[in-house]
Amino acid sequence: MNSKYEVVIGLEIHAQLLTKSKAFSGDRAEYGNHPNTNVSVVSLAHPGTLPRHNKNAVEKAIKIGLAFNCQIERYNKYSRKNYFYADLPKGYQITQFDTPICKGGFVKIKLKNGTSKKIRLTRAHMEEDTGKSIHDIEPQNSLIDYNRAGTPLIEIVTEPDIRTGEEAFQFLTEVRKILRYLDVCDGNMEEGSLRCDCNISVRPIGSSEFGTKVEVKNMNSMSNVKRAIEFETERQITAIEKGEKIAAETRSFDALKNLTFSLRSKEMVNDYRYFPEPDLPPLIVSDEMIKQIAKQMPQLPEQLYEKFLNNYNLGSYDASVLTETKEIAAFFESICKTCSNYKAAANWTMVHIKGYLNENALEFDDFKLSPEKISNLINLIDEGKISNSAAQKVFAELINHPNDTSEIIAQRLNLIQTSDTTELEKLIETALNKYPQKINEYKSGKTGLLGLFMGEVMKLSGGKADPKIASKLIKDKLEK
Amino acid sequence: MNYPKGFNNFSQKVKSGEISCCALAEFYLSNIEKNKHLNAFLEVYADEAIQQAKKLDKKIENCEKTGRLAGMFVGLKDNICYKNHHVSASSKILEGFESLYSATVVERLLAEDAIIIGRLNCDEFAMGASNENSAYGAVLNYFDNTKVSGGSSGGAAVAVQANLCTASLGSDTGGSVRQPAAFTGNFGIKPTYGRISRYGLLSYASSFDQIGPITSTIEDMALLLEIISGNDEFDATCTQKPVEKYSEINKIDRKLKIAYLDNYINSNGVQPEVKEKTYQIIENLKNKGHKVEAANFELLDYLVPCYYVLTTAEASSNLSRYSGLLYGYRSKNSIDLESTFKKSRSEGFGDEVKRRIMSGTFVLSSDYYDAYYSKAQKVRRVIQNRTKELFADYDYILNPTTPTTAFEIGGKTNDPIAMYLADIFTVQAPLAGNPALSIPCGVDNNGMPIGIQVMTDLFNEKHLINFAKYLCEEIIK
Amino acid sequence: MKITDKKIDEIANLARLEFNANEKIKIKTDLEKIVDFFDKLSEVNTDGVEPLIYMIDCQNNLREDEIKNEISKEEALKNAPDKDSDYFKVPKFIKK
Repeated sequence: MNSKYEVVIGLEIHAQLLTKSKAFSGDRAEYGNHPNTNVSVVSLAHPGTLPRHNKNAVEKAIKIGLAFNCQIERYNKYSRKNYFYADLPKGYQITQFDTPICKGGFVKIKLKNGTSKKIRLTRAHMEEDTGKSIHDIEPQNSLIDYNRAGTPLIEIVTEPDIRTGEEAFQFLTEVRKILRYLDVCDGNMEEGSLRCDCNISVRPIGSSEFGTKVEVKNMNSMSNVKRAIEFETERQITAIEKGEKIAAETRSFDALKNLTFSLRSKEMVNDYRYFPEPDLPPLIVSDEMIKQIAKQMPQLPEQLYEKFLNNYNLGSYDASVLTETKEIAAFFESICKTCSNYKAAANWTMVHIKGYLNENALEFDDFKLSPEKISNLINLIDEGKISNSAAQKVFAELINHPNDTSEIIAQRLNLIQTSDTTELEKLIETALNKYPQKINEYKSGKTGLLGLFMGEVMKLSGGKADPKIASKLIKDKLEK
Repeated sequence: MNYPKGFNNFSQKVKSGEISCCALAEFYLSNIEKNKHLNAFLEVYADEAIQQAKKLDKKIENCEKTGRLAGMFVGLKDNICYKNHHVSASSKILEGFESLYSATVVERLLAEDAIIIGRLNCDEFAMGASNENSAYGAVLNYFDNTKVSGGSSGGAAVAVQANLCTASLGSDTGGSVRQPAAFTGNFGIKPTYGRISRYGLLSYASSFDQIGPITSTIEDMALLLEIISGNDEFDATCTQKPVEKYSEINKIDRKLKIAYLDNYINSNGVQPEVKEKTYQIIENLKNKGHKVEAANFELLDYLVPCYYVLTTAEASSNLSRYSGLLYGYRSKNSIDLESTFKKSRSEGFGDEVKRRIMSGTFVLSSDYYDAYYSKAQKVRRVIQNRTKELFADYDYILNPTTPTTAFEIGGKTNDPIAMYLADIFTVQAPLAGNPALSIPCGVDNNGMPIGIQVMTDLFNEKHLINFAKYLCEEIIK
Repeated sequence: MKITDKKIDEIANLARLEFNANEKIKIKTDLEKIVDFFDKLSEVNTDGVEPLIYMIDCQNNLREDEIKNEISKEEALKNAPDKDSDYFKVPKFIKK
């Protein structure tokens, strides 16, 4: 059924900016505080109050525009979007209607089949968040908390380039990653610092006209976005196949039942009566301002990914994992400054360090060991002084004694490998003498018995024997 | 004990201790009480005023430094916020509301030791030209109680007229300081847009509103203007331009170029005595050797409609916060969110306010935005450009402030358009952003005051004050 | 211009105002007069004229990102028409 139709999806994303104070007033922009404690007369729209725009919010908006390959608007106006709602103190929202600070742009996503796709953006603009209403505590009343009212937001609108729930998921993942790299938003969909609505329509393949657009809201995680799209796709296709008309409406996603349902909205099309905000002068963004902000930008995930593939010869999986966050990438690169075994560096970062951090609910910034300590450890392995398994023990010990070196710990734990062949040959002699029958069996073809002899040698050496060398010597001895 | 009008006439005696602030407080409070029928004050801060007067007297006794406004008692129009005091824009929708902060202008007055004596009646949300749109009743003109005070700063004007306080602060969007000042024989100014901070002024039309003092002398006007003007961190529309020393009034030592808009003065509905007074002043100026000529302003008929399209549009948005949601009046019939909004607003706002909100919503609605709002913005630019052209050739533009002296209470309330047209001489200044000052220049045959208005170039308040003083001393006879 | 009852209802709804039957007649008449008055502006030639948007003489009046001027919860709730110790309260939609 799906092969007859094309699903056309556009997303509208709202990202809360990580500023100290709100967009247009000096009260705190912070999540999770007691209700109605992060407020001021301005954010509560008291009579006679006026907005003042937060410089940091503007800088973050420009950073986002640069990272998403947008054109930055030089002459910015603010607009009022007029409507009444309980969470909107002024009865209007300050936004940017006709001059969004970012125009055009794109985000590249990687699809499961290994290809990449450009999702184009229409625009991104600055606006302010609303308060929060709680409807389920009191039967007669809604309770309103205005802590969030006035928090700076960026609204990002995509072109209808997305075709599947999976693409939407990848897109959101990439956007979230980039926003976190830029330190402009923490991308937490559950807490609401990143929110997503989607517009979906369906049309026969090959058609250039769009089908009826349905808006879907209330998807509070990336996988819910994917599931909502998948449900909605099927719903629309089924309806079309039955000859039914798709209603242009707003629907809400029910995460428990995994379906979308129509929202009984009283105002179908709200006339927002946009007009220029008279309380704020225009914002002129100069070339100098953009240059300054561009200088402060970190390397972005795509850049680093290519670098890791080409300069460090990593595979695509490793490069992906290592560019998930700025912090992992930075740590990995720092190890590589003093260690040329990039593959080992990657492995240690992705598996052992990340594993340890995950288990202990820590971030890379909390990790006590410096990258040099890890490169020391890797070099110790490569020099043949300790085995891989020994290294893991050293690592665990290092975390508890971060001031010691790997070498000292390895010695203390008696893990330094014996690569001295005379000693080793003596041990091999002893080990082989234990199993005269097995030697015969080995010589008649049971080469798997090498493992038995290796085990004995390792036991006798207290685990210190260099397995590569031991293995070679045992084979040589047996071949004689 | 009777104290004269004009802070400049008694401030020295206050500084020297000859006149005590307590005596002044008693004087004003007793005048207020005697003139309650004028309905100028909505609230009098009697106890506070006396307490502050006592404190000030002590400071003066101890030869401590006092501010430049020590001994001045100021009334605030009921749309200017004063911390921990009620502010209501003379509307039921804000009944009982107490402001959590003071307007920047109030902070500046208090920093100079002015005493705020009370809250003054006005047209509801500053919408009106007669103070008949107040939820608390009209303000009566002190010289003739059957006549209006003017509006919207009616209470502010009458309070100064009847010596109920030394000076007052009003607000001017289309003439709301200058017109009542003219009706009551006072000085009233609308400064250049952006000269004075609007933080703490309940917004009516954001790109027009300015706070302006109403005073009985030009010296008081100069002093207050100097103290309250200037940049403010809370108002992004307030200019960064420095404030000149307006209080150091200079003599006019050159010949000036002055225009008067003949088609204004000769238009229908201008009272004969007003016309006569205006031409007399023009004659006297010519006789002093100044170049005074008639300039043509073809856009006269478009000023008022342009003004009302734009101000009602901005007002319809600015007044959305008054909805029974976070503060103010909430209807007892609120059963859900929609009825909370609709009933609170419909019951709380007066008719004129509702009329203007409907008008503003109409011109901003998607079907009509281009034809009305956008068109009016373009006409505003044409008006501004023409005004700029005039000031390229002239130092000042001179006109009567109002077509007539104070009219009868109830005289214009049936036809909204008739009321709107009363603004015809005062709306050019806020449309273009220019400063304009109304100066008392005599009375009509019934003893009702006439005002002459002088408009000048942007941020030219210093010269405006100088010229006003010159007019008073040498021209207006 | 003639304004329909439907238009009055739409505008009133957008403005969250309501009028009874008599009030609606009056507001309709007033609004028609006012809009006719506004129509005078069509006589002004504004070809090639840009709308005047800003009366302000400055640009970029941005504020440093500092936490300032917060008020307490008690102050915030002081003027609220209905509240509890933590929240503003608004009547919920009541199903009949």
